[in-house]
Amino acid sequence: MEIGEQASGGITILRPVGRIDNDTSAEFQDKLLSRLGGGSVLIDFTAVEFISSAGLAALMTAAKQAKTSSRRVAVAALGSVVQEIFAISRFSRVVPVFASAAEGIAALQ
Amino acid sequence: MLVRFWGTRGSLPAPLGRRAVRAKLREALTAAAGRSFATPEELDRFIDGLPFDVGGTYGGNSSCVEIANVGDEYVLCDLGTGVREFGVRMMQERGPQRPACYNVFLSHVHWDHIMGFPFWPSAYIPGNTIRIHGCHKTMREALERQQSDPCFPVDFRNLGAQIEFVELEPERGYEIAGLTVTAMLQNHYGDSYGYRFERDGKVMVYSTDCEHKFQTLDESYPFVPFYRDADLLVFDAMYSLADSISVREDWGHSSNMVAVELAQMARVKHLVLFHHEPMYDDRTIETVLGETRRYEEISRAGMPLTVSSAYDGLEIAL
Repeated sequence: MEIGEQASGGITILRPVGRIDNDTSAEFQDKLLSRLGGGSVLIDFTAVEFISSAGLAALMTAAKQAKTSSRRVAVAALGSVVQEIFAISRFSRVVPVFASAAEGIAALQ
Repeated sequence: MLVRFWGTRGSLPAPLGRRAVRAKLREALTAAAGRSFATPEELDRFIDGLPFDVGGTYGGNSSCVEIANVGDEYVLCDLGTGVREFGVRMMQERGPQRPACYNVFLSHVHWDHIMGFPFWPSAYIPGNTIRIHGCHKTMREALERQQSDPCFPVDFRNLGAQIEFVELEPERGYEIAGLTVTAMLQNHYGDSYGYRFERDGKVMVYSTDCEHKFQTLDESYPFVPFYRDADLLVFDAMYSLADSISVREDWGHSSNMVAVELAQMARVKHLVLFHHEPMYDDRTIETVLGETRRYEEISRAGMPLTVSSAYDGLEIAL
C-alpha cells in the first residue's frame, strides 16, 4: 500500500492511502513498527477510507511497543467512516486521536 | 429447525436489578406521556413499540441454547443457568410422567456453562435420559464436582435421570438426534469447542468462548470453512475489539467486529451476538448491536448479513 512519510521535529508522520485491511495491514504494521524504533509516530488518516480489525490490531501492536519504549503513537484527521470504526472498536479510548495532523504534531513534540 | 435462547450471558448470571427496572419504568412512563389505554391489547402494543432495552431485557441467564423441531429428542448447547427455565417449561409442557431423551453439547466445562445443571428438573426424574456430548475428558468430573458436598445438597450420583457422557472427536461428523454434528477446537483457556449442526440443508453454528486470533483473515483460517454458509451463527462477541486485544487479551473471547468480518468471509446469513459481558446493561448491549449493524454496512462487500443480539427468550426459525 502507499504510505507517505515525513519527519518533523523528531516525529515521523505516516500518511497511508486507501484501505488498511487484510491485504495491507501487515505492510502497515511493518512500516509503523520500524519508524517507531526512531521515535514517536503520528498517523495522518486523511487518505484512509477504511480500517478493519487487522489494521486496528497493527495499531494496537504499535501502541504496546511504544509504551515499553517511552514513545508515543497517535492518529489524526480521521474521515467520518474511520471515525465511526474507531468509536465502534473503542480504539478512541486506546490511541490518542487528534482532529488534524498539525494538532497531533504539536501534541507529540 | 428452531433455535431458542434460554441463557445468553457470559461468565456469570446477571439479574436485572431494582435500579435498572426503575429506569425502564421511568422511560416507559415518560414515553406514554399521560396517554390512557382502553384495553390491555392497546397497552401491549404500546409496550411492543418501545425500544427493546426499555420494554424488554436481554436477560441474565448464562449460556444455554436449544435446537428444537429436529425430532423426538431434545437438543441443547451448554448447561448454563438458562437450562433451569428450559426444564421448567419441559415440566409444564410434558408433565413429570412422560420420559424424554435430552442431548446436550458442551462447549467446555467452565462454570458458567455447567452451573445450571443441578437446577435442571429433568435431571431428577427417573426415566429421563440425559446424554452429554463433548470433546473434554473432564465432563463427568466437572459435573460431579460442582454437585458434591459441601457445595450442593444432592449428590450427582443420586440424580433420578440416567446420565450418559459421550466423548466426541473434533472435526468428525456425527449423526445425533436427527442432526449432523461436527465439533471444532477453539482458542480458550482449557480448550472449548464450537459445534456445527446441519439438517435438511439448514446450518446452525454454536461458537462461544473462542478468542479468534489471525494475522490475515482468509480461507486458510479454519473457522471460515467451519462457519461457511451457516444460516445462523451464534458467536461470542463479549468484548470490544480494543479490549479483546489489550486489557482482555488471552481471556478467551472475541469482539463484535471480528464476528462481522468472519461471518462476511464465511457468507453467513444471520449472525447472533452471544455471551454478553455481565457488566453490560440492556442499553449498552443495544448500543453494541446498533454499532455492529453499522460496521456490517461499512465493511460489506457482498450480500447483507443480518445481525441480531441474543436475549433470553429469543426464538429464530431456520
